[in-house]
Amino acid sequence: MPDPIVNDLTFQAATVNGSGSQSSNSVLMRAIFHLGIPVAPKNIFPSNIEGLPTWFQIRVSPEGYMARKGDTDVLVALNPSTWAADLKGVRPGAAVIHDATYSTAGAREDVHYYPVPFSQLAKTKIENDKLRKQLLNMIYVGVVAKLLDIPLEAIDHGLRRHFQSKPKAVQVNLDAVQVGMDYWDENLTKKDAYRLQPMTGKTDGLILVEGNQAVALGCLMGGCTVAAWYPITPSSSVCEYLGGYAERFRVDEKTGEKRIAIVQAEDELAAIGMAIGAGWAGARAMTSTSGPGISLMAEFAGLSYYAEIPVVIFDIQRIGPSTGLPTRTSQADLGFVYNLSHGDTHHPILLPGTVQECYEFARDAFDLADRFQTAVFVLSDLDLGMNLWMTKPFPYPERPFDRGKVLSAERIEELKGDWGRYRDVDGDGVGYRTLPGTEHPLAGYFTRGSGHDENARYTESGEVYARNMDRLARKFETIRATLPEPAVDGSSSKVGIIAFGSTVNAIEEARERLRDGGLEVDFLRVRAVPLNEAVTGFVRDHERLYVVEMNRDGQLYDLLRLHVPADLVGRLSSIRRYDGQPIPADAITRPILELEAVPAS
Amino acid sequence: MSVTLNRIGLARDAYKGAATTLCAGCGHNSITNHLIKALYEMGIEPHRLAKMSGIGCSSKTPAYFVDSAHGFNGVHGRMPSLTTGAKLADRQLVMLGVSGDGDTASIGLGQYMHLIRRNLDCTYIVEDNGTYGLTKGQFSATADVGSVQKRGTVNTYEPIDLCTLAITLGGTFVARSFSGDGKQLVPLLKAAIAHRGVAVLDVVSPCVTFNDHDGSTKSYEWVKEHEEAILDPSFIPYYEEVLVDYEPGTTTDVRLHDGSHLVLRKLHDTDHDPTDRSAALRVIEEGHRTKQLVTGLLYIEPEADDFSTRERLPERPLRDLTEKELRLTREQFGEVMSELA
Ligand SMILES: Cc1ncc(C[n+]2csc(CCOP(=O)(O)OP(=O)(O)O)c2C)c(N)n1
Ligand code: SF4
Ligand SMILES: [Mg+2]
Repeated sequence: MPDPIVNDLTFQAATVNGSGSQSSNSVLMRAIFHLGIPVAPKNIFPSNIEGLPTWFQIRVSPEGYMARKGDTDVLVALNPSTWAADLKGVRPGAAVIHDATYSTAGAREDVHYYPVPFSQLAKTKIENDKLRKQLLNMIYVGVVAKLLDIPLEAIDHGLRRHFQSKPKAVQVNLDAVQVGMDYWDENLTKKDAYRLQPMTGKTDGLILVEGNQAVALGCLMGGCTVAAWYPITPSSSVCEYLGGYAERFRVDEKTGEKRIAIVQAEDELAAIGMAIGAGWAGARAMTSTSGPGISLMAEFAGLSYYAEIPVVIFDIQRIGPSTGLPTRTSQADLGFVYNLSHGDTHHPILLPGTVQECYEFARDAFDLADRFQTAVFVLSDLDLGMNLWMTKPFPYPERPFDRGKVLSAERIEELKGDWGRYRDVDGDGVGYRTLPGTEHPLAGYFTRGSGHDENARYTESGEVYARNMDRLARKFETIRATLPEPAVDGSSSKVGIIAFGSTVNAIEEARERLRDGGLEVDFLRVRAVPLNEAVTGFVRDHERLYVVEMNRDGQLYDLLRLHVPADLVGRLSSIRRYDGQPIPADAITRPILELEAVPAS
Repeated sequence: MSVTLNRIGLARDAYKGAATTLCAGCGHNSITNHLIKALYEMGIEPHRLAKMSGIGCSSKTPAYFVDSAHGFNGVHGRMPSLTTGAKLADRQLVMLGVSGDGDTASIGLGQYMHLIRRNLDCTYIVEDNGTYGLTKGQFSATADVGSVQKRGTVNTYEPIDLCTLAITLGGTFVARSFSGDGKQLVPLLKAAIAHRGVAVLDVVSPCVTFNDHDGSTKSYEWVKEHEEAILDPSFIPYYEEVLVDYEPGTTTDVRLHDGSHLVLRKLHDTDHDPTDRSAALRVIEEGHRTKQLVTGLLYIEPEADDFSTRERLPERPLRDLTEKELRLTREQFGEVMSELA
């Protein structure tokens, strides 16, 4: 037996989509988490309901790394069509649990095989005809538990946690787990090095939450009252979670009335239209979508910019057009969203990198939209949005809502009616607005696209138009100065990394690997665009900077090159990954080591 | 000269807007005037009114009435979604949407249909001239087969009948009228505004510049010769008593949700029951067959639940709710967090 490798492995289950392996993987992951061992689960799923291959990965590490790691240490192979490729992808010394019918003749000799006759066991040992297909997957949970030393108590906890809302299901599933455990005891012996051992101190008090769930909670706590959406992976679960929470927490017990409207619109054009209509009338409104939906929202986004209407738009990024890889992750909407629409349009974008930021940025986006009377985008991605992440419980908001510059009937009276929708009274480029329904004869004004003067009167004057555009530019500077500052770590090195969003996990791990090799690398994580002075400062303070992102052309890299003074542009290099998988740490360390070995003179 | 004030103490002038920039003689201007009359006579509070529109000559008109109300000239074809959103934010607003046949029957057809099937409480006026006025005279999707463009091109494509569509989609108030027929249009507008639910008014409104020539079926001439009004409407608001006695068998009295009445007097040989959906579809179809423009109230269902009711929204505007009503309490938030552990 090789020396044991404890709590440091990548587990992967390769199954067929629609076979019901989700529950098994979730139970395993929760059982491991219950032992105090950090987990980072990733669901790699096809754009399909049934039949195509799907993989579920659990990264287990004593350090609590949350980035994806390429090679598999423990494989459960239950998909004959990917068996050969799955086997190729495991590391030497790996444990390979596979259906006993798969041939291992002439297969790799540097791994340990654990054949299990899953179908036969299911047929003979599982009585429930209806659930046999799903329960077959629970058999592998039993085998893996034995292989890795996960106590039954932890599995039981995992089952109870997973079936929180249908506790009746626990026992039949536990029985199926037991079938796997029995099979192991009677037929198999441990040959590989991987095992798990309860830990303390790393997961205490942590919760597991998906980014989209965090966004939904942020919307609730941020006071969202109108949400309009159109189904699209990977964003649908934002409004689905919101709907679930709203039924619990936004329904009047006595009357049954709802303190939120969640509308499944006919398309994304209507979804953003409803959100903008609601924002115009003073509600905190949002829509949530992904790239193709963002494309449809372009015209309305421009109206929001020009007519100055608050709205919050979530873009859970994925790979581009539908059909093919729409269920794979990406960070390729940054450039498009920043300038989304016709004319001289830009939008503030919040860039959460963690589930906690998904919650906080979602919540605060409503304040920003109201304050600046414009569309505020929040860019998450499939990896962040649809996978579970360990995090501290979210903080309860202590600040009241900031509803921005809204004039009440009383205030209009005090001003003796002397107000104008697009006047820059405070010098920050942000005007005062009134809401329909305000009971004052001078409250009303007319909202339209490009041609309006300071008092919202129709005009086609080029001079007035230009003046208004200059004010909007001023407003954008106010926004720039108000958005979340970048997160900076380290100031001692000449080398830095700049990135945004969910790549943070791989970057943190990469920095540790580089540090192990003697290379200290500082890190600035952009948390919003437009970019601000702090970003310029970081570039100035470092000789060589690597801009890491998950898109082909380096969209953040481009924004940075436009942002920093020309003499600093040469300091920036671009590291890009665009295969639809969350970037692993070695995809960052490798190019940095290569380039640092021959530093640019 | 004394000024007559309406029941909320406002003069007719309070319902006026900016000076129109449309062509002299444009049907849309007449509709604007009929709207001013209807809103004034009903005593609609300007601050409760939200004037919504898309893009087009027709969509410009909300700037030309009730200056003191909020108005929103949105994007082409998307008035329905903006109207839906605003109504969700404050269900007490009186939503008044103005659109064109291009804005509704082509680019905005999807939103039009979905607004109707949701039965959003709003008035939806299509100022229908069979052409794209603002972009200078292209055919719209309501142009009849055989109608001739100013440059001579003949339309060979089937028109979309917005009223038929509205009725089949569950529209709860569907009427057709003519910009030149204020006697019919004003009471219909009032009833549409009083109706709880979607009220669609397809109002033929000639474009004098691009579609008022021989060969057009949306010209003043043509409509004057071919209009066939069914049922003569009078509107009696909820705050007035029904005083007139009608000869039995000559009228239908429809009680609207707010207590107002729409009294429909039979005209010559027509005997249309506006609460009968298939009869409504038949009367439209018959008009197409005989090449007549059937106008008047086609269909009404006064008591169907509107969108806000189905969505179980409170009377209090959602936008006025506070932190206390919207945020989870500390206990509830803690509960959610511990479920995630
Ligand atoms: C997205 C978009 N496409 C095209 C246009 C150009 N456009 C402006 S008005 C209009 C047609 C308006 O026709 P209709 O709604 O019938 O109004 P009318 O002018 O006839 O009253 C078009 C195509 C636009 N404003 N936006
Ligand atoms: S172009 Fe036609 S629709 Fe437009 S204002 Fe003139 S007459 Fe009216
Ligand atoms: Mg038209």
